[in-house]
Amino acid sequence: MQLIWDGLFVGSFYALIALGYSMVYGIIKLLNFAHGDLYMLGAFIGFAVLSSLGGIPASLSIGALLVVLLLSMLLTGTAGVLIERFAYRPLRGAPRLAVLITAVGVSFSLEYGISAIAGPNPRSFPIRLEGEVFNLIGARVSLPQIVLMIIAGLLMIGLNGYIQNTSTGRAMRSIALDRNASLLMGINVNAVITRTFFIGSALAGAAGVMAGAYYGKIDFLMGFIIGLKAFTAAVIGGIGNIKGAMLGGLVLGFVEAFGAQWFGGQWRDVFAFAVLILFLTLRPTGILGERVTERV
Amino acid sequence: MSAVLEVKNLHIAFGGVKAVDGLSFDVHAKQIVAVIGPNGAGKTSAFNCITGFYKPTAGEVLLKGAAITGKRPADIAAAGVSRTFQNLRLFPDLTVLDNVRAGMHLYGGQNWADAIFHTPRFKRSEAAYTEEAHRWLDFVGYTGPRGVPIRNLAYGQQKQVEIARALARKSDLLLLDEPAAGLNYSEKQRLLELCHRIRNLGTAIVLIEHDMGLVMEVSERIVVMNFGREIAEGTPAEVKANPAVIEAYLGRDEDGEVQSHGDA
Amino acid sequence: MSENVDTTLAPKKIRPPSGRVSRLFESKWLGWVALAIAVAAPFVNATPYALNIMTTAAIFVLLASGLNIVVGYCGLLDLGYIAFMAVGAYTSGIVAKAFDLPLLFTIPVVLVMTVLAGLIIGAPTLRLRSDYLAIVTLGFGEITRITANNLAITGGPSGIFGIPGILKIGDFDFQQPAVFYYVTILVVAGFVLAAARLGKSRLGRAWRFVREDEDAAEAMGIHTYKVKLLAYTFGAIWGGFGGVLFAGHLSAVAPTSFVFLQSALVLMAVVLGGMGNMRGVVIGALVISLLPELLRDLAEYRYLAFGVLLIVVMLFRPQGFWPARGYEPERKPAEEREAVAVAGEQR
Ligand SMILES: Nc1ncnc2c1ncn2[C@@H]1O[C@H](COP(=O)(O)OP(=O)(O)O)[C@@H](O)[C@H]1O
Ligand SMILES: [Mg+2]
Repeated sequence: MQLIWDGLFVGSFYALIALGYSMVYGIIKLLNFAHGDLYMLGAFIGFAVLSSLGGIPASLSIGALLVVLLLSMLLTGTAGVLIERFAYRPLRGAPRLAVLITAVGVSFSLEYGISAIAGPNPRSFPIRLEGEVFNLIGARVSLPQIVLMIIAGLLMIGLNGYIQNTSTGRAMRSIALDRNASLLMGINVNAVITRTFFIGSALAGAAGVMAGAYYGKIDFLMGFIIGLKAFTAAVIGGIGNIKGAMLGGLVLGFVEAFGAQWFGGQWRDVFAFAVLILFLTLRPTGILGERVTERV
Repeated sequence: MSAVLEVKNLHIAFGGVKAVDGLSFDVHAKQIVAVIGPNGAGKTSAFNCITGFYKPTAGEVLLKGAAITGKRPADIAAAGVSRTFQNLRLFPDLTVLDNVRAGMHLYGGQNWADAIFHTPRFKRSEAAYTEEAHRWLDFVGYTGPRGVPIRNLAYGQQKQVEIARALARKSDLLLLDEPAAGLNYSEKQRLLELCHRIRNLGTAIVLIEHDMGLVMEVSERIVVMNFGREIAEGTPAEVKANPAVIEAYLGRDEDGEVQSHGDA
Repeated sequence: MSENVDTTLAPKKIRPPSGRVSRLFESKWLGWVALAIAVAAPFVNATPYALNIMTTAAIFVLLASGLNIVVGYCGLLDLGYIAFMAVGAYTSGIVAKAFDLPLLFTIPVVLVMTVLAGLIIGAPTLRLRSDYLAIVTLGFGEITRITANNLAITGGPSGIFGIPGILKIGDFDFQQPAVFYYVTILVVAGFVLAAARLGKSRLGRAWRFVREDEDAAEAMGIHTYKVKLLAYTFGAIWGGFGGVLFAGHLSAVAPTSFVFLQSALVLMAVVLGGMGNMRGVVIGALVISLLPELLRDLAEYRYLAFGVLLIVVMLFRPQGFWPARGYEPERKPAEEREAVAVAGEQR
């Protein structure tokens, strides 16, 4: 039971980040390597905002966290938009290799940019969510965990509603299907791509702030492994598929929790990547993805 | 005479779209066969099934009597099929000569150890590759520069090189997907003459083409497709007279009357 | 990638560049000049510090030339390349220590292990789309490092140390810094030359065909999967030898040497120097490995600068600073051709 709960909790983080990966991929078929670093950026923006606000009474911490969360989402989203505008957009239509290398460059710049500004050593987050631990049907659960999961859940529900019900959401789906046709239909493709980057980055930023508040420590490389994990989650669910990303995050969370239990915690990451490779070899389209024949 | 290529009841569907829906035809040695039909009729998809780029959902493809259905494109190429693509698929950053050398990959003649130690065998084989590449460029009548990246060349020249590359494969069967698209009149005339010379090498040709004048002149038999189906097959004269073909090409009014172009 | 073929613009750059500078850079002698400089360098400065840096740089050149086979020639983005160096270093270290052998004699085992590693990593991943491949290799790189970090045989986080020297004949120890430097230079020069020659062969062309257009390559009978696997295997061997030299140089191996940062640095050397052009890659590797030594004060910003540089180069000069040369000689007029054919020297 404990394993299921832990898997669910970690999985919801993965899902939040995987969403951005998947959305961006769905729309412009770009694997944004720097996505994990946007999560890191979000955490540091949250850190900066909190520090500049000065001391916050502990009793207010959840409310304050929400404000900081929104602010960080806004800023991280903007950062994502700028990255797209200046690094990726000029390369649209360029060979895939060039774009991928650019993404590696963006990731590098973000990591070492933050390292140069905030220093290479881990920083402790100004607020740390602490709460009593209680028993819930056999699992040890803490209040902050529940709060964070509710926030993550709300964000995902909100996103889903946005994509299903708004015109931008419809435009996103249509661009994912066929960019040229969408262009002909009069959809402002660039605007939609910008919005996608904003939302994806904002979600990653939110996850960053939440992770900072929960674990209490942040550092400039914190996005590296989690970026890989989020990609794994996106692939498991079927990359480009929004519901798939959520599902993939949760599945990966479980798989990891059980893997760590069986093989020991130090093999956790190895296990996760092994799952990724397995999936890519056996079912590259993921759980919810459809097989497509690439045009020749 | 035994058939070089036999296509039997070929099917492929993408989601709900039945791109090829029961196509059958034969190609005999030294024959030139044209596949015609409106855009979206499934001609290119049929080529892609024959050459292994798409896996047919049903049907069979035989090359010189042996089944090649669903094999890997490289294996089908090795078995003796060569092709060009509807939209040029050259290697843009490589030289004209290197592009043609691609067609000669299966000649072998050297391995990696030869390359690392520059053995005499390696030098001989490289010289032979270059000679042969020049020969095929000459054969297609290419007169442009040969040592420059192909992306810098004019469209017509690129089309010539793509055919030279396919010919260098020395296959029994050559599939040309719209070789005349974008060419001017005199270039088309040269293409026509080239097709005859290729046929004289002993290679059978299947070509997709929209230019009816060219098709009627070059081909011995014509396969007409529409909506994935084969709606007619025969000599140019037979096809021209076939009502189903006229209907497919010119469309039909609601009341079933054949439209003529003159009306508008 | 074919959709990028620019067919509308009028022909441009039909003639190869013919300036004096570019002729100089394409000269056959350049390799020898570089080797001569490398050989002469210790006569200028032979402090242990300088030798250490130069040996490290030479090993880095070897790695870059190996990755160039994978990324530059074949167009496969490998973000975990350093894993092959890890395999080479650990294998030779472990075998040498266990049997108390000079490192030289571990080479056959290293060869087998790196080829195996290349096949194990390549076989499942090379069927994937290129962008998936990039991330999966990243994952493999991490798996290798974490595994080395957690196994007993690899010495866990502290790694293995006290690795025997490369060779000792009587009193002459090849492990002395200056001698080791020359051994390294020799090995690296050999591998760089081999990689350059591979690039100009039938196999090298097949790699480029795959890089430029995989479908078209398949249509010409090139088994793209096998060809990619070969590129990967060669890359792995180059990396493995880098690992042997690395283990010999430091006589110790630890997991921290094989983090993603290292893979990224090798990649930068390849990309900045000029993907597919061995000369450019060598220069790129030297710059990436030596520049930080010259700019010690700016250490904090150097990775940031590398990252930004990577983006800028991709945006404005995607072929790198010294791109692969896309030209070869035109055909000689008919009468000259006869003579040339006899000499057998065509390219
Ligand atoms: N890879 C693919 N995925 C989905 N649909 C495809 C694919 N290839 C072809 N089609 C569809 O199959 C039909 C036939 O296309 P095609 O074979 O290119 O026709 P033609 O060459 O006769 O113009 C078209 O409706 C096209 O959209
Ligand atoms: Mg077509």
